[in-house]
Amino acid sequence: MYDVIIIGAGVVGAHIARALSRYRLRILLLDKATDVGDGTTKANTAIVHAGYDAKPGSNKARLNVAGNALFEQVCGELDVEFDRCGTYVVGVSEEDRATLEDLYRRGRQNGIRGLSLVGGPEMRSREPGITESVTGALFAATGGLVDPFALCYAAAENAVGNGAELLLETEVQGFLREDDAVVGVRTNRGEFRSRWTVISAGVHADDLMRAAGLDGFTITPRKGEYFVLDRAARAQVRNVLFPCPTPVSKGILVTPTIHGNVMLGPTATDIDDKENLSTTPEGLNEVLTGALKLIPGLESRQIIRSFTGLRASGSTGDFMIDAPKERPGLLILAGIESPGLTASPAIALEVVEMLREAGLELQERAEYVPLRRGIPRFSQLSPAEQEALIARDPRYGRIICRCETVTEGEVVAACHGAIPARTYDALKRRTRVGTGRCQGGFDLPLVLEIMARELGLSPLEITQKGGASNIVVRRTKEVAE
Amino acid sequence: MRSLTCDVLVIGSGPAGLAAAYEAKKHGAEDVLLLERNDELGGILQQCIHTGFGVREFGEDLSGPEYAWRWIARARSADLRVLSETMVLGVDHSRRVVASSRALGLVEILPRALVLAMGCRERPRGALAIPGSRPAGVFTAGTAQRLVNIEGYMPGERYVILGSGDIGMIMARRLTLEGAQVVAVCEILPYISGLRRNLVQCIRDFDIPLHLCTTVTEVRGRDRVESVIVSRVDEQWRPIAGTRQEIPCDTLLLSVGLVPENELTRMAGATIDPATGGPVVDEGHGTDVPGIFAAGNVVHVYDLVDDVSAAARIAGRSAGRYVRQGAPEAGQRIRLRAGENVRAVVPQILGLAALEEGPVVLQFRARHPVEGPVRAELVMGEGAGARVLLSRRHRYVRPAEMVTMSLPPALAAELAAAGDSARDLAVRIIE
Ligand SMILES: Cc1cc2nc3c(=O)[nH]c(=O)nc-3n(C[C@H](O)[C@H](O)[C@H](O)COP(=O)(O)OP(=O)(O)OC[C@H]3O[C@@H](n4cnc5c(N)ncnc54)[C@H](O)[C@@H]3O)c2cc1C
Ligand SMILES: Cc1cc2nc3c(=O)[nH]c(=O)nc-3n(C[C@H](O)[C@H](O)[C@H](O)COP(=O)(O)OP(=O)(O)OC[C@H]3O[C@@H](n4cnc5c(N)ncnc54)[C@H](O)[C@@H]3O)c2cc1C
Repeated sequence: MYDVIIIGAGVVGAHIARALSRYRLRILLLDKATDVGDGTTKANTAIVHAGYDAKPGSNKARLNVAGNALFEQVCGELDVEFDRCGTYVVGVSEEDRATLEDLYRRGRQNGIRGLSLVGGPEMRSREPGITESVTGALFAATGGLVDPFALCYAAAENAVGNGAELLLETEVQGFLREDDAVVGVRTNRGEFRSRWTVISAGVHADDLMRAAGLDGFTITPRKGEYFVLDRAARAQVRNVLFPCPTPVSKGILVTPTIHGNVMLGPTATDIDDKENLSTTPEGLNEVLTGALKLIPGLESRQIIRSFTGLRASGSTGDFMIDAPKERPGLLILAGIESPGLTASPAIALEVVEMLREAGLELQERAEYVPLRRGIPRFSQLSPAEQEALIARDPRYGRIICRCETVTEGEVVAACHGAIPARTYDALKRRTRVGTGRCQGGFDLPLVLEIMARELGLSPLEITQKGGASNIVVRRTKEVAE
Repeated sequence: MRSLTCDVLVIGSGPAGLAAAYEAKKHGAEDVLLLERNDELGGILQQCIHTGFGVREFGEDLSGPEYAWRWIARARSADLRVLSETMVLGVDHSRRVVASSRALGLVEILPRALVLAMGCRERPRGALAIPGSRPAGVFTAGTAQRLVNIEGYMPGERYVILGSGDIGMIMARRLTLEGAQVVAVCEILPYISGLRRNLVQCIRDFDIPLHLCTTVTEVRGRDRVESVIVSRVDEQWRPIAGTRQEIPCDTLLLSVGLVPENELTRMAGATIDPATGGPVVDEGHGTDVPGIFAAGNVVHVYDLVDDVSAAARIAGRSAGRYVRQGAPEAGQRIRLRAGENVRAVVPQILGLAALEEGPVVLQFRARHPVEGPVRAELVMGEGAGARVLLSRRHRYVRPAEMVTMSLPPALAAELAAAGDSARDLAVRIIE
């Protein structure tokens, strides 16, 4: 019997598990994927939004601002890369000037500090590659960049370190009911009973609500396509640059990533298939065209990767955070689209308070440790630190990924972390192998061998992302009849 | 940090690094150190188990590893110092090199001359931005080559190969011999981008379907590739409506070009030629940073290893000489440009003093093929009024096959006499 079961180990579920692991509770975090953070959390813009654009009074506005304020603390405790570099919304016409002023006023209403309007010439000096037609910008000093993968697995690892249980490849297929009340979940691995069940299942939250007999809220997946550019493009892009927003999206932005690449995107297209993560010629074309409107000097030959994320766009337009009276024992988070990443630490605290008010007894555990240390990042260390690391474990002296300078020591550590990397993609998110300009061309054979050795598997069993995504299919010389 | 010194440091032990190190030693450098990040020397040759190497260098048709072993034996006999499993992380303009290895930790190396021989890398899928899903089963041809020939694993059973580069064509044959099916090789250009002999020996002899003017416009599949969509393209490489065709397969191999590996070259501050992707070099394969030389595929991508060895010898010799006597007297320096139907010329800089001492070989590639008699010319000035200094006949030119032109020392006097008007010469290919 669990006290709380959390369905979905995205950034929201992971932070809820962490926030609850502070108390004497039996917690189970479930996800159908082979790794935590494999849903929308792995494919978004990774910006810690300041909160100037959400509608005043909405959950989005409140939790964005509250979440944003927590980032130094959370990222400090969890050893997650975060840079409060500020963000810009760039105007390129007279109408945009009015939009910027609107956003400024709205931001003030949402209680955001550090907003300022910047004139065109000033903006050009802050961002030399920006379009000639820039007329001004809104600067939000509290905006920032974060490593979204780490924000999720670090919180989940910390929760696990504090006693929460994690089950991957476990899909919730229905709920256990006693009259109106939800008392647990039915999964492909059997049934699990609990006093409380939290739905934080991203784009699938509405499906689970329906499975619990709750209608009325629907989620439309809204596709966002992106390009990632080579580190060399960083020379042309200094800041996080949004265009002026439209009613459906924040527009195609140009932004550095926390790891030193440049990212362009996203588009915003409603689709009907929640598993459709494909990129399209039209989408990718729109990304490039949009980005060039901000930084005309970007070069398409710098592209190293494209990807897609799905926004869990809810029918109310706001985050839904609700413990419906008609389903005691169920707490629902739905429609957690942008700024969900930013809001996640604040959403988690709010969920804890809702459970407390609903009568869940929360006793602090004396042994709770809020701190979590990640694996060493060889490329980020000083030469003296690098030397000390290699002296301690010579595997940190062997470079496995040439583009991102990742060592064998890091790969090994990720295979034995609190939540071990069991797929190539999981390893990528933890170490950055294969994310550079050669996209795994160099490291893949080496990584296959190391992962197989460390996980006690054959290279034939290593997958890119679970399921049937095997990387190699047979030994040479073994030909089927 | 441990600190080492040496006369000449060579980064990379492929055919270029081996030849450069060997020649540097022969030409006066006492203490030559060869650094390699892999456990074995020989570079990319170790995974090229097919033949076709060494006809010019050894007068024999060797496999890649055999060719490498010959050179490794030469290096051993010449008493070079070798550090393998050691990867160079950084270089600066004063030639301070920092490397990392399991055995030594971080090492600083301060050579009197440095030869860059890091080879090249393959262009990945991202560079093409092929739309669709992102399943397992998309590899560059060279990565597949390594998996099959070195690790002993098959990346798939049913392949489509995009691009008709040499590695892709060679892999088409290799995979067929391993019992897999290669269902299509697609090339966006109207002609193959690799060597004619590979088309015959690897594609035609194995009845593998080759589709020219065709590209992959979408990748499909959830976990693993399930199919690709191919479309014919027009002259501007745009997919032609109505030509889409779905080809079921479990693997897509990319053989869409090689790019010189020049992170370290950039860090050292050497100027990069956008046309080659490698450093600008002079006739001695010196970069514009004193004491730093470059050899092999870091300079521009070669199609024959024998040519790599020959060019690397020049770099090694120059490095040896630099250690002995410092930078040579350059004399008048001439800039060489790519003219009509020429993609890039190496070397980009020609010193007249060096030309007086002996012939200098120019290497270049045609932009587009001409299947009939052509002339490769070195000219002064532009267009019809250009003065032709040297003209050589060729039966044909193809982008896949490098063209060479040897400049005789006698030309030096003529160029010196022309003075300022000969500062800037062009190489062109005309019909
Ligand atoms: C294009 C785009 C750009 C964005 N940019 C930003 C940004 O810049 N800043 C920002 O703050 N936010 C941004 N967001 C929003 C942010 O990414 C999301 O709000 C956040 O990642 C949501 O996290 P989550 O945990 O709710 O969902 P997810 O990460 O999707 O997690 C849900 C998890 O539930 C699991 N699951 C689903 N169904 C089941 C089941 N039946 N059984 C078991 N497990 C199940 C899934 O496998 C998944 O792992 C963006 C989103 C998108 C799509
Ligand atoms: C996958 C592939 C297959 C090829 N197949 C053929 C073929 O069949 N026939 C043919 O004629 N040509 C082939 N080529 C072209 C071939 O690369 C050249 O002909 C030749 O091998 C180039 O020699 P090189 O010494 O310049 O480079 P390489 O052989 O690539 O050697 C470079 C060496 O430098 C090392 N190195 C790089 N960076 C560092 C660093 N930072 N620190 C330490 N060491 C470093 C590498 O590990 C490597 O050993 C192929 C190229 C590739 C990429």
